[in-house]
Amino acid sequence: MASKKLKRLDLVFKDEQDTEAILKKTFSRPESDIINDLISSGLKGRGGAGFPTGLKWKLTADTKGDEKYVICNADEGEPGTFKDREILSKVPHKVLAGMAVCGRVIGSRKGFIYLRGEYKFLIPDLEREIERFHQLLEKLGCGFRVEIFTGSGAYICGEESALFESMEGKRGEPRNKPPFPVTHGYNGKPTVINNVETLAHTYSIFKYGPEKFRDLGVQDSRGSKVFSVSGDTPVPGIYELEFGMTLQKFVDDFGDGDTKAVQVGGASGFCVPRKKFEKTIIGYQGKLTGESLPTGGSMMIFNSSRSMYNVLHNYLDFFVEESCGQCTPCRVGTQQLLLGIEAVKKGEKPSSYLDKLLELAESMRITAKCGLGQSVANSFASIVENFKEEMIY
Amino acid sequence: MEDVKQMVKELAGKYGHSEKGLLPILQGIVDKERYISEEAMVEVARELDISAAQVFGTATFYSFLETKPTGKYVIRVCKTISCMMKGKNDIIRELESVLRIHMGETTHDGLFSLRETNCLGQCHKGPAMLVNDTPYAELTPEKVRQILCDIRKKEFPGN
Repeated sequence: MASKKLKRLDLVFKDEQDTEAILKKTFSRPESDIINDLISSGLKGRGGAGFPTGLKWKLTADTKGDEKYVICNADEGEPGTFKDREILSKVPHKVLAGMAVCGRVIGSRKGFIYLRGEYKFLIPDLEREIERFHQLLEKLGCGFRVEIFTGSGAYICGEESALFESMEGKRGEPRNKPPFPVTHGYNGKPTVINNVETLAHTYSIFKYGPEKFRDLGVQDSRGSKVFSVSGDTPVPGIYELEFGMTLQKFVDDFGDGDTKAVQVGGASGFCVPRKKFEKTIIGYQGKLTGESLPTGGSMMIFNSSRSMYNVLHNYLDFFVEESCGQCTPCRVGTQQLLLGIEAVKKGEKPSSYLDKLLELAESMRITAKCGLGQSVANSFASIVENFKEEMIY
Repeated sequence: MEDVKQMVKELAGKYGHSEKGLLPILQGIVDKERYISEEAMVEVARELDISAAQVFGTATFYSFLETKPTGKYVIRVCKTISCMMKGKNDIIRELESVLRIHMGETTHDGLFSLRETNCLGQCHKGPAMLVNDTPYAELTPEKVRQILCDIRKKEFPGN
């Protein structure tokens, strides 16, 4: 049983039936005030990359363009993450309100929710909610409209530029950056693309003001975060917690008493072994003491009965399948890493071969075109280095 | 042939005669036909005035866009770590033994196809699977038998 030592928050999921009042209030304010509130709240993207949301809106607002778009990224595919599904089914009106205000601020009349194919079952309810929302916008004299675009089972489409490609009818292959979406997004037009949770948080900021949000969390990692907890835990599920906790505190609350490692941030995140729980802090990289880990909110807990070789094998298998195949470092690298750990395990290669594989993972971090290929090294290095003996024997 | 032409025409009418409509059109074909035949791809290319290679490229990129004949019910079992830890292999064994096919195959009556897939976003309720668009979570071998039984009853009433 969780001892509930960490403070549970209820900002995102609190069912507030005041969308109309909040929108009315927010629409009547100057755009620059809304942006300033978002910036001073310290809200950063909740998909995992952590780009300041207010700045993203400002950059897009400052870009001239006859047509602009607001896209809600609901292609939640990171292993161990399921918070966006819950947000879209419990409080979709907050996400829609965030999109509409964004549309007002940047000068866009068109929004899309890019929903992963695996969540197609959410569509009937979501469409009803959008219909209701459109009626509300009409009442408020706002011409913003939202449409659902469904994905078809490709993890890489969660990467923003791959998502645009996918919406344009192409293979979901990431683009070169720059240019960034704020100037060249969907259809080559200025686009704000935000994670589901990020948009839901903007609602709280419009409602309560930036201070309340800023008061939560720690320096550089403000506010609360919705965590998806799975694996060896007696209490799997979704929890809204404050940023800045140590992993030890988290494990005390959610572990099963025998936790040997936690994978923070899914397959593309980091594996933290028990001995580093105390000095690992959950938050965006900033001036925190110890090591801080950004996260899209995936927390997978492993107890001592688990083979970390199997865990890594599962992740690599995932990356081999989900690599879009466009750039060589990722396409070939993921396959070689998988074959490599299999060879070491079978004794076909000496244990020193792991060092070669670590070098390969590092080169992928430098040379791969997008975040997928670059972040394979995160889980690979953190598992191999911390659990070397499990890779060999 | 005429049927395919008609279907593609209707879908393009709904989603637009440009590249932007390609993914929804292909999804629409899968909803109706269960898979996208080469014939359909060529037809889509003609309708949208883009190359057939581009249609093929997009169609084969997405794992949910089937390009080979599949069963009426596509079962996709999540194989990612959280579901693996909760025993997805038992679920697959049960499915394979009840359906008498291996992973990746389709039953002789064309009713079921069996696939493995990556994270379904049901990690706190593993093991999980999708049957077409419907998710099933916290599976046990007994539950799996019941789900298959219910589908068969629906398909062959009175049998």
